[in-house]
Parts: sequence; C-alpha cells; structure tokens
Amino acid sequence: MSVGFVMLVHTALDRAAAVARHWAERDCPVVIHVDRRVPRAETRAFAAALTGLANVRFCRRHRCEWGTWSIVAATITGTRMALNEFPELSHVFLVSGSCLPLRPVDELRSYLAERPRTDFIESVTADEVDWIVGGLGRERFTLRFPFAWKRHRRLFDGYVRLQRQVGFRRRIPVGLEPHLGSQWWCLTRQTLTAILNDPARTGHMRYFRRVWIPDECYFQTLVRRHSTRIESRSLTLSKFDFQGKPHIFYDDHLELLRRSDCFVARKAWPQANLLYDTFLGPGTAGMNRAEPNPARIDRLFSKAVERRTRGRAGLYMQSRFPREGWENGPTSAPYSVFEGFSELFEDFEDWLGRMVGARVHGHLFHPERAEFADGETVFNGGLSDSAALRDHAPRAFLTNLVWNTRGERQCFQFGPGDRQEIGWFLARDPNAQISVITGAWAVPLFHSHQSFVDLRKRAALLQRTEARHLDILRAPQTRARVRIWTMADFVLNPMEPLQILIDEIAPRAQRRLTEAPRLADLTGFGQFLQTLKNQGMKPYLMGDFPADDGVRAAPARPRRPYLVQ
Amino acid sequence: MHLAEVPLAAGGDEASHAPFPDLRGLWAACRMRWMRRRLLFRALRKCGQLAAVADRTGAIRPNDILCFATVRNEAERLPYFLDHHRGQGVAHFLIVDNDSTDGTRDLLTARPDVSLWRTGHSYRLSRFGMDWLAWLMIRHGHGHWCLTLDADELLVYPHHDTRDLRDLTAWLDAARRPSFGAIMLDLYPKGPLADRSYQPGQNPLDVIDWFDAGNIVTKYQPPQRNLLVRGGVRRRVFFAAEPERAPTLSKTPLIRWNRRYVYVSSTHSALPTHLNRVRGRAAGDVPSGVLLHTKFLPSIVAKSREEKRRREHFANSSLYEDYYDALIGNPDLWSPTSTRYQGWRQLEALGIMSRGRWD
Repeated sequence: MSVGFVMLVHTALDRAAAVARHWAERDCPVVIHVDRRVPRAETRAFAAALTGLANVRFCRRHRCEWGTWSIVAATITGTRMALNEFPELSHVFLVSGSCLPLRPVDELRSYLAERPRTDFIESVTADEVDWIVGGLGRERFTLRFPFAWKRHRRLFDGYVRLQRQVGFRRRIPVGLEPHLGSQWWCLTRQTLTAILNDPARTGHMRYFRRVWIPDECYFQTLVRRHSTRIESRSLTLSKFDFQGKPHIFYDDHLELLRRSDCFVARKAWPQANLLYDTFLGPGTAGMNRAEPNPARIDRLFSKAVERRTRGRAGLYMQSRFPREGWENGPTSAPYSVFEGFSELFEDFEDWLGRMVGARVHGHLFHPERAEFADGETVFNGGLSDSAALRDHAPRAFLTNLVWNTRGERQCFQFGPGDRQEIGWFLARDPNAQISVITGAWAVPLFHSHQSFVDLRKRAALLQRTEARHLDILRAPQTRARVRIWTMADFVLNPMEPLQILIDEIAPRAQRRLTEAPRLADLTGFGQFLQTLKNQGMKPYLMGDFPADDGVRAAPARPRRPYLVQ
Repeated sequence: MHLAEVPLAAGGDEASHAPFPDLRGLWAACRMRWMRRRLLFRALRKCGQLAAVADRTGAIRPNDILCFATVRNEAERLPYFLDHHRGQGVAHFLIVDNDSTDGTRDLLTARPDVSLWRTGHSYRLSRFGMDWLAWLMIRHGHGHWCLTLDADELLVYPHHDTRDLRDLTAWLDAARRPSFGAIMLDLYPKGPLADRSYQPGQNPLDVIDWFDAGNIVTKYQPPQRNLLVRGGVRRRVFFAAEPERAPTLSKTPLIRWNRRYVYVSSTHSALPTHLNRVRGRAAGDVPSGVLLHTKFLPSIVAKSREEKRRREHFANSSLYEDYYDALIGNPDLWSPTSTRYQGWRQLEALGIMSRGRWD
C-alpha cells in the first residue's frame, strides 16, 4: 500500500516545496509539474529546495493555461512518470501547489487500505445534475472553444452564442458518457493504467482537447469506463464561491479545517503562516479514523454565499444598496401599521402593547416629531425623533427602524394627518401589515368642539388625503397585507377584526381576547356628520352613520369591558 | 388611482432605462472625464506648493502598500495612527504637513517609513489637501495600492485581526476590484467630550468607544456613480434641523492607483467613476470596511475654537458656525441607544460593513 502525489505548481513555490518535502519525508513519492511559464530562476531555486529527496521527481513541463487541455496534459505526464518510476505505488493523489495536507499521511494510507481498489473522484453526469457553479453545462462537451475565456471574454461569449444560434454541435465519441467533477482526485494504479493505455485514447484526447475546462471532465468521464469501484467524492476539500473562484483558506480557518477531517485542502493562502506551521508541523499522536466531513464546511459556506448573492434583506448600507424591486424584501422583518385605531379607541396603544408584547409607537410620521414608543427622543441605533431628519429620508428612517429592532415586532399608527411620502413604500412592502379604519380621523374632530367652518376644511383635507392613501393601498402593485374597514362596520363588531389582527401579530399566543380597548364616546357622532354635510362637505369614508343618532352599536355602553365567551 | 405616484424609475443602481443611445449617460461620462482632467491639471499646478522635508520614497518597493495623508497639528493622534496602519501592512507613509506648530514635523521626520512634505498654503484652496496628495500619488502611487486617510481615521475591515492589507488587496486583485469602500464611524465618549483624557500613542478606543449603530441614510449619485452615505452621531446631534448639511460618511480610501485617477471631494468619490462601484449588484454584498473616526477625542473642544477662526474645513464655513459653537460648548453626544464598540464582527452583524465574498 503506497500512495504517491502528482503536484501541479505554478505560484508560491516556497510553500509548494514545503508541502512536497512534507510528503516526501513521510515516504510518499512526489512528482512535480512546474508550469513552464514560471521563470527559470524560480524553478531552479524550487528544485534546489527539494534536493536530497530521493523520491521527488520533476516531470516534463507544459505551458499551462486555465481552462485548456494543457492542464490535463501536465497531469497525464506527471501521472505516467509516477507510475513508471515508482512501481510500488498503488494510488496516485493529484494535488496543486497550494494544497495543504490536513491529516497525517498514515491516516490517508490506512484509509485507502481499508477501501481497496476504490477510486476517489467526483464524477457527476453532465446531463442530469447542475454541478457547475454558473457557466456552461453539457455544452462544454458539444461546442467548440477556440478563445481563452480569461483573456477574450467577449469573443468567447460571442462564439458560444453564434454556435447556439447556428445549431452547431460536436459529436461526443461513442462509449463516452460526459461526467464532470472536481479536478482533484485520488485514483488507483489499475484505473490510471487502464485510462492511459486505453486503445481509443488518441481519439479521446483529440476530442477532449476542444472541450471546455477538460481538467474537470477528462478523468471524470474516462473513469466511468475503466473503474470497478468509484466513490464519487474528492478527498480534497475545495470550495468554490458562486462565481466559480476557488475559496482561499486563511489562518482564521484553522479550526474549521481541523474539524473538516478532510485529507487535503485547497487552496491555502501562501502567507497563512499559522496554517502551514500547524499542518506541516509534527503530527498529533493517535490515529484518527474519522470520515472526511466537508458537509460542515459546506453548510457554513452556503449560508455565506446566500448572503452574498441575495444580501441581508432590509439592509441598506455602503456595500449593499439594491435597486428598487431587487432588494429581496424592502424591510428586514414584519411590522404593523394601524390607521384610525388610536382615534377610534381611547387606549389603543397601551392595549395593543399588553396584548401582543410588541413595541407600539405613536404616529411615527407625525409632522412635528416621530412619536416613538414611551415618548423616547432617540430610538434604537441612534434614530432621532426630529421630523426634519425623518422627512429628509423617510424610507431610510423606516428601514433603519425595522433593521435596528430585529427580533422585536414594531407597530405604529398612521393616518391622513401624517406625512404621506412613505405611503407607496408601505404598500409595496410584503412585510407590512396595514389595517385601516377609514374615516376614524373624524372622531378627534368630533371631540374637538371647534367651529364647523374650521372643521369642515380640516375634515375635507383629511378625507382627501386618506382617499388618496386608500387608492395606493388598493393599487395592483401593493404587496402589503392590507385590511380596510369602514368605521361604521368596525364599530358594529370590533372584536372579530381585532382578534384576527392580534393572531397574525402573535400567532403563537393563540388566545381569545378577553379585554377590548376602550371605544371613544360616539354619542352624537351621526349628528356631527350630518352637520358637516349641512356645511357643504361630504364625509363618506366612515360609512353609514344615521343622523338620528341611532348609535346601534357599542357606543351605547362605551365603558363596559367587552367579554367574549 | 394616481399612476403618477407609482415609483417607476429605479433609484438604486446605474441601470439606465433611457433608450439607446443613452445621451444623458454619455454626457455625464464626458463631463466626468473633463472634470478628472481638470483636477489632474490642478494637481500639477499646485505641486510647487510642496517642499520636501524628508523624502524617503526611494525605499518604496513595487507592490508596497502606501498611505497618503495631509495633517495639521496631529501630534496627538499620529503615533497611534502610524502604528495601527503599519501593523496592517502599510509599507510607507507619504504625508503633507500643513504648517503644524505642535511638533508634528519632528515626530514624522523621526520615523524611517515616513516621507514628509510641508506647505504653508491654504488647505481649503487645495481642495482640503487633495491637490497636494493628488500630485504625490501621480508621482509615487502609480501601480500601488494606496490608502488615503485623514489623521483621525483608523481603517478596520473584515478579518483585520487575522489578515493584513496585503491579503485583502491580493484578494481584491483576484476579484478584479480596483477599489475598496469604507464608511466613517464617528466614535464618542460617554459624557461631555472634554472630560476625558487621552495620551499620544494610546488606542483612541480606550477613550472613545461609543457610536450610533443604525441611523445612516444612503443615496445614489448618478454623475459620479457613487453612493452617498450620511448619518451617524453628527447628523443626529448637530444637523437635526438641516439634514442636507450633515457630513458625508462614505469614502473609498483604498484604491489600486493609476496616475490618471483622481479623488474628487476628499476621498468620498473618485474618478473614473468605476472606482466608486464598491457595492453589490442587485442585492448582494461586497466587502467593505469602516474608518473609525477619532474626531471626538477630548482635544476637539479646543480645536474647534481654532477651526472656527481659521475657516479652512468647509467650503462655506460661515454655515457651520453653529456646529463649531456646539462643539465648543463641550456637549455630551452619548444617548442610551448608543452602541459600544466591540470589534469588526460586531460591525458586520450590525450591517455597518460586510465581508462580502471574502470569507
């Protein structure tokens, strides 16, 4: 049982030399391929750093370019050399110069010995699985790619488009089933010999020369022809972010890498001294037989990837300022807007706070100041109650408020007497729960006992403002959860809608309302409306209140606590 | 239905909805190009105002990270400023001294990794020092990652405790990002400003460690395509009546410089405009940092008195007299909603900065 390494090197040669030495000293042959683009002086220094090691070889050098056949050619040259020069080898492990061994070689050896004749190579069919992070899938095998993706991106994309339009397709050689997978594998001598001595090899090579990124499909496809036992996973921990760039491991990933129980990680940052010192240093005593477990790291990274592609909802900051409609939620958490409730009920805010345990603000968009809960002048995160600051950027005010109080439901009052700029934003926000009792703004007017000439003007203005706001709430673009009652309907049966609202805000509480908020005294309200009409105004938003003061509903017994069986 | 009120135009990114060819966009690009040339020319014109005091730029090696700053009477802050950024991997500091009288010059000439120039000309007329720095950056910054700061700014970025600026800039290079954004975070003490004491060389966070965590306002500015971020404690306390005057917090302090680049107003925006693209497309985050702003050290009260007299810090200084008066009155900026600084992970959790894809 012996495992050897084929190492592809093109940068950070000092680190690669240290890693190669690490393996070679532990009795693992290493064959190194140095990219021909590396200057000669550097190569010489690299070779000098590895003198005195009998089991290190340098193979013929190819000029390697990303995404082209040259990398496979280098791999094949190195593998051939390893198999020929070290006849005792049973496995070849393909690594890069920036790979870092995470576990002692002995553990790798015994791991392979326990699973004889097994090939560890990620190999996923190109047809059925979306293995690729962005980019081309099966078309890698059926189109031609004469232009370098890194250098001539436009030509590359244009040529791909052209081939699609023309309907050009290359024929895949008979007997090949396209498979994709990580470039880094560990294969047995039998499988490699079979691949390298395949009678159809020249034909395959000619085909794969023109395939896009053959290093991720040549061995992955051919292994399906020749292997007797495939474990479709890589022993190398290698993470790609959503743009397909390899993830780099720094010193602060030490614990994460330790816990992964993988054998090799790619790619380590050359300046990560702690990582190299730790993993190339003297190994810890005691054999660890754990299965490699990259899933732990996967979970962590997939969470991070989501944050980077979709961002944190409702957060507006220097490096996240989504275009409108692209923001993945305009605010970060659900909140409730109550319109008309604090006018119709005398103690609505206190009552609501008791019922749902949320933070209940007054009119946050009041023209004079933002009425934060408990009369605060500065709210969470340093939000000022200054109307000027708020009106300078009303959306930012609201999104900041919701962001700053993550974890605590926010409720606030709104009405036609408030600044209306925020109206559309509220309506478009799926997080907003907007409940409106239309016409309730008339109740404070009714109680104010001002002269009807002033009242009429004021009432007309409020009614017009509210009507406009209701138009917004009823617009097809509205995504908020909107409920609208006329005041007349609400007064008839207040408990049912209140129960619905409370259940929605605090779904787990699931309790029947035993206590109603105190309804304002509406005796004479119908007459009040009639007088407004007589003055020439037409109040209609509050619904139908007969002028004969037929206050059929609760107002007859306004102070009595409402009990529901 | 009032369709006119439907928010149609995207307020966010530069995706223009104008029909092709986008004439307005072309015109803006043209204007910005001429602005950049004009500013470069200005820098060339003003280079005569600088006199070298200690020119050690011969020691700069390729790929070194350079730090540029204009200072005046900053002997108090500079020792920690230099230590902090040297520790993050800045190899050389190129500093313009605007007529300091407090020993700043001696302090700087004594440091082997500082090159110093001096000038007695007006700070305001040189675009708050940017003309002088622009010249030094043309001369010495070409091809380097350049960090342009004020002496009261300390850069922190994700992972700054374990990775240095060389790691960050290498990652930015690989991600093809030529610039790195940061916002200023105004730090203040609990209690009246002047009631604390600070010793040169001391970590300012020992003295001022509170900030406003969630009151920024963000706005996109089309011609320069940058994001204007305002807010923080200064907007809350000093500009509650006139929010438009509140200082801008967003900056782009770290750029892989080219001699054709130029900063427009302080480091708030740069030209060409693609340097200002330091935020995510659609909804994602890109890496960003924070400039811990140590303006409100105890000495601010005395300094405000001097600045009010010198009128060198704002283009129209008379409008800011109230601001100076408030500072001279030794105010308490702290509120029960203030947040205490605990490190970069806290800033990231609060949504003030992001590590983006740089895990």
